[in-house]
Amino acid sequence: MTAPDAAGLRRRTRDLLAAHPPATTDRTDFLRARFDAGLAWVHYPAGLGGLDAPRSLQTVVDAELAAAGAPDNDPRRIGIGLGMAAPTVLGFGTDEQKQRFLRPLWVGEEVWCQLFSEPGAGSDLAALGTRAVRDGEDWVVDGQKVWTSSAHVARWAILIARTDPDVPKHRGISYFICDMTDPGVEVRPLRQITGEAEFNEVFLTGVRIPDSRRLGPVGEGWKVAQTTLMNERVSIGGSRIPREGGMIGPVSRTWRERPGLRTHDLHQRLLTLWVEAEVARLAGERLRQQLVAGQPGPEGSGMKLAFARLNQEISGLEVELLGDEGLLYSDWTMRRPDLVDFTGRDAGYRYLRSKGNSIEGGTSEVLLNIVAERVLGLPAEPRNDKDVAWKDLSR
Amino acid sequence: MTAQPEASQAPDLLYSEAEEDLRAAVRSLLADRADAPAVIARTESDTPYDPQLWKALATDIGAAGLLVPEKLGGQGASHREAAVVIEELGRSVAAAPYLTSSVVATETLLALGAQDGPAAELLTELATGRRVAVLAVPFAAAPGSAAPGSVAAAEAAAVSGSLEGALGPIADAAAADVLLVPTADGLYAVAADAAGVTLEPLVALDLTRPLAAVTLAGATGTLLADAGTARAAVERGLLAGAGLLASEQLGLAEWCLTETVRHTRERHQFNRPIGSFQSLKHRMAQLWLEIVSARAAARNAADALATGSPDTPLAVAVAQAYCSKVAVHAAEECVQLHGGIGMTWEHPAHLYLKRAKADATAYGTAGRHRETVAALMELPAP
Repeated sequence: MTAPDAAGLRRRTRDLLAAHPPATTDRTDFLRARFDAGLAWVHYPAGLGGLDAPRSLQTVVDAELAAAGAPDNDPRRIGIGLGMAAPTVLGFGTDEQKQRFLRPLWVGEEVWCQLFSEPGAGSDLAALGTRAVRDGEDWVVDGQKVWTSSAHVARWAILIARTDPDVPKHRGISYFICDMTDPGVEVRPLRQITGEAEFNEVFLTGVRIPDSRRLGPVGEGWKVAQTTLMNERVSIGGSRIPREGGMIGPVSRTWRERPGLRTHDLHQRLLTLWVEAEVARLAGERLRQQLVAGQPGPEGSGMKLAFARLNQEISGLEVELLGDEGLLYSDWTMRRPDLVDFTGRDAGYRYLRSKGNSIEGGTSEVLLNIVAERVLGLPAEPRNDKDVAWKDLSR
Repeated sequence: MTAQPEASQAPDLLYSEAEEDLRAAVRSLLADRADAPAVIARTESDTPYDPQLWKALATDIGAAGLLVPEKLGGQGASHREAAVVIEELGRSVAAAPYLTSSVVATETLLALGAQDGPAAELLTELATGRRVAVLAVPFAAAPGSAAPGSVAAAEAAAVSGSLEGALGPIADAAAADVLLVPTADGLYAVAADAAGVTLEPLVALDLTRPLAAVTLAGATGTLLADAGTARAAVERGLLAGAGLLASEQLGLAEWCLTETVRHTRERHQFNRPIGSFQSLKHRMAQLWLEIVSARAAARNAADALATGSPDTPLAVAVAQAYCSKVAVHAAEECVQLHGGIGMTWEHPAHLYLKRAKADATAYGTAGRHRETVAALMELPAP
């Protein structure tokens, strides 16, 4: 079968809409039908929700469906599954694994989480200590994971664990699909600086994972994890941001509407940050244009750094601008939000939450190293951990 | 206006193939004729400008006429192409009156709208590079701050006047054949060698862009436009100058980072390349990030000028408020990370620091441009 073109995809989408009118079709049933029609992610293989079509043609399908008022799968709640688990399962999974996992993942019937980070392995992720020991047809897993979004609602997890402590750390890791309903899996909310619990700690005690749920060869989990992690950082560059579209928006509005709060010092800081936010927006727009023109540059690795610093400075300014009001905080009750609300809530929340922007998804320090070494070609720091067995590393 | 609507047309922030070809031609010329030793030697000579370099750039490559329509003898290109030329000039810090003559003076004359007469004739000559003109306002003047009445016309007349006044510092005046002098009566073109015109070279912080004080004592000029037209034209000239100065700052900053990376990869201390130390790597990575951002801001300003976007004043103010700081930061880091050698006269780092610091004042400081942002975006001072 040759891959369909835009006209072919449009026709297939209209056929889907005719057979399953969104107005009278159950949401989940519609999404299943869309998956089966190959219109879920058109660049995926036929039979796995796609049609081997160019990725760029997804917009044709999405536009038709949006115009018809069709339900969407919720890409935010199921973001880890869509963005990270799916490409990894597609790249390294067996046929059985792809058939079993991709459809409910895409439809959103099964939520995924990611069991990667550990208390002792953050930026140095390959130092992880969660153990998986072979026992017959199973692996028995013991350890502790942390910063796990959606673990409390997830059905499945992508998991990396150490299967050979006698080789250097990058070589002794294997990659698994973990059943979060297993009795050895205990999920505890991890309350953060904001008072909320967006994340969880996950304790794994004698968790039995069948060998059939391993992704990729034993001992090569680090290579598999690279696919997951690369997909984690692909998210930027999709849509255009309007002027004052980020955190600078609320603080600029406050400045305009409440002259009584203005001071000269705050004015200088606001203008400096306004300019920096506008320039960051333009840099994001330039990156987007490069991607559209098929000239992806290395600039993407820098954008997260810029936005993290800006968010922190702008939200910090906003707390001060608000004066008495900035002394207050909306609510310290521990809640478990489905979504992180970066620009909603109040200035104090934004100030505290933005502290995570320079840590999550790679700390700013690690990203600066990546820019320095991979973009500028500066030499790596000498390392003493590459040829030492994991068990002999100091911890 | 509050929270201005997006310019309806998205700015094109990339470089076209033709622009990259132009860049390659200019870079190759500058590598041949204006490498660092040549630039240093030129600053110490009696003739700060290399006439052969100017002829090759302005005439052979045709860069001087990029902004001038074909029917007036120019290339009929735009600020986007001129910005690429200026990026390369920033990268080499060669002394050439490109920004002042081919952009600011040219743009001022273009804004007069004359299709014939002395302004059109002068434009044609500027486009070929045979003559050089500079706008006789202080190099630090920002768009919106030019004082057209800074020279008093002793005898105002419809076609010619006798001009009196002391002006300065004027950038590239030493290279100019013609001074464009704004007065309360209008804009005059005054030959630099006319009777009553005295040019006194000033000792400038930036060795590669000479400054001069100009004294007019009964000098005679040609009136090109009345006061109202002149004011708007000078404003447009300064806006283009400030907008494209951002591209010079971008090119300058890129050179500084490239050279600093090269040096820190080669320089060994403590038995390893100093570029492998994390504290230094992070500083260079941070500079790279600023340069990526500066490129977006500079391209946005050049594109806005080229397309006549209503967003142009904001785009220019944002670019200047940002890029000045980046260029100075890059040059300061370049000197510091080169260690002792960065403090020497024979290493070119000092030329870049001097240019960057002078550029941070040229056509308005960053703070001055932030005031413009405040006005345009309705973010007023207390």
